[in-house]
Amino acid sequence: MLSPAELEAVRLSLSVASRSVLFALPFAVLVAWLLARRKLKGQILLDAFVHLPLVLPPVVVGYLLLVLFGTRGPIGGWLNDVLGIQLIFTTAGAALATAVMTFPLMVRAIRISLEGIDAGFEDAARTLGAGPWDRFFTVTLPLMMPGVLAGAVTAFAAGLGEFGAVITFVSNIPGETRTLPLALYTALQTPGGDALAARLAAISFTLGLLGLVASELIARRLRWMLGR
Amino acid sequence: MLTIHAKKQRDGFTLDVTIDVTTPGVVALFGRSGCGKTTLANLIAGLLQPDSARIEIDGVVLEDTRTGHCIPAEQRRIGYVFQDARLFPHFSVLGNLRYGERRAPAGTRRIALDHVVQLLGLQSFLQRRVKDLSGGERQRVALGRALLSQPRLLLLDEPLASLDVARREEVLPYLERLRDEFALPIIYVSHQFDEVLRLASHVVLLERGSVVTQGRLESVSLHPQLRAIVGPDAVGAVLTGSIVGTDPQSGLTAIAVGTGRLNVHLGNAVPGAMVRVQLLARDVILATQPVEGLSVRNMLAGTIAHIAPDDADTDMVHVDIGGGHVLARVTRGALIALALRTGMPIWVLIKAVSIRGHAFLAPLGDAPTS
Repeated sequence: MLSPAELEAVRLSLSVASRSVLFALPFAVLVAWLLARRKLKGQILLDAFVHLPLVLPPVVVGYLLLVLFGTRGPIGGWLNDVLGIQLIFTTAGAALATAVMTFPLMVRAIRISLEGIDAGFEDAARTLGAGPWDRFFTVTLPLMMPGVLAGAVTAFAAGLGEFGAVITFVSNIPGETRTLPLALYTALQTPGGDALAARLAAISFTLGLLGLVASELIARRLRWMLGR
Repeated sequence: MLTIHAKKQRDGFTLDVTIDVTTPGVVALFGRSGCGKTTLANLIAGLLQPDSARIEIDGVVLEDTRTGHCIPAEQRRIGYVFQDARLFPHFSVLGNLRYGERRAPAGTRRIALDHVVQLLGLQSFLQRRVKDLSGGERQRVALGRALLSQPRLLLLDEPLASLDVARREEVLPYLERLRDEFALPIIYVSHQFDEVLRLASHVVLLERGSVVTQGRLESVSLHPQLRAIVGPDAVGAVLTGSIVGTDPQSGLTAIAVGTGRLNVHLGNAVPGAMVRVQLLARDVILATQPVEGLSVRNMLAGTIAHIAPDDADTDMVHVDIGGGHVLARVTRGALIALALRTGMPIWVLIKAVSIRGHAFLAPLGDAPTS
């Protein structure tokens, strides 16, 4: 049904989106927890910084990543020289760009669910003998799980279609960084690629819809399991 | 011994409380909402940072700000039952009960799961989800969860406040049972005087963060500032006495109070058992000489110890009945007509039916007033 090139784009998109979610999720939980539970100085700044990718042109994010994570950049250079990891022009790089772009979505969903959890449960766990890590993993995290999963699935669905930051940072390389939207863009640039473009758009549409429906179903199921 | 000294600046007032009582026993923190009761409870539990504090339970210092010693809340072993229960919604009832039990340090386990389940009547809903429990059942599970964490002190913050009257009556007997079953010091926060009457041995009356008075319920019940908290109609002296016996014909139970006797309707009266009764000041009648031909079943001889203005046109007469005081609220007119004055011998009349419903088995460790 799908041509090898289309399959390749779908596979790459899935790989990039899932890697970005796995990579970003622990950080998102941490940042959401800091924003919701800790009253820090510079709270507003951290909040604004986390949400920047929502308002910046994706090209700007891609450019900043290029400056920081390029093989000559301060972080990218170190990664390349010391660990032998190259991000630029690679699937891993595409995942990093996608993670940065979808990070605010994830933090938002997790933070909202965390703010809905009465801190009194954590106090109760405390008086019952649970230390900080214990109560985070036995009380806070299970109760915020609907938000964590909803955030992860939403970020995954959005990550399937990240375009601007990806093409700026890791370019458009078939089999390496040419994900669904990049393949679609390429098809539009190619004479007679209209039919392919339409098919790729339909695939994107379907995957996005499935992702959002799955997110809602999981959240509902979890809320029920948590007795809310 | 339970020693609590705590100070904390709050919006509008400073909480400054010192409590020194023997253990075990039930200490009631009593006062209107907003008087600092819950703040004090959170300071004791270690959930709030005090400005200065010293808290010691049975020789273990939990906190002393002078030496900088402070055991964190998770190691204090204080069984806290919150007003809103705070059962974990992602665990079953059993999971909640086990949560504290699992975390109790080895060597402290003396309260067993089976015992608690049976005592609090939790057998039938161990596998239930928290969501499906009624308010009263939730509080019983919360009590069990706190008990199983093997606490050195049980801290109950208005555990009945969110329940309606019927549910409160459902939970109260369980509170009495666990008080009598485990020799645990208990701090009971409440703004309901009838709960205090049923449970407490030591009462701390709080107002705007300060202790108005504290001591045995019998003496606190005489304090003039109690009126502002419970309302004029609930003011009344509390007396403790031992059951003498029940008259099979009238069904009235005689209680030895001070040098006299009170006849009261009691459910199951066991001779020798200690009983606490409250005589509401508005129901007490005073007479300057013995009266006959009245339906009133109780007449006690006493002397007027003290007269204090109560309202614009009423006065509160304190009558010493020998080993205890009775409060009588009388109108200014009656005071003048009878020429009541301090030191005068007087007769106190109380209808047996007006005492009924205010008689409870006295809490553990309570001694008679005489």
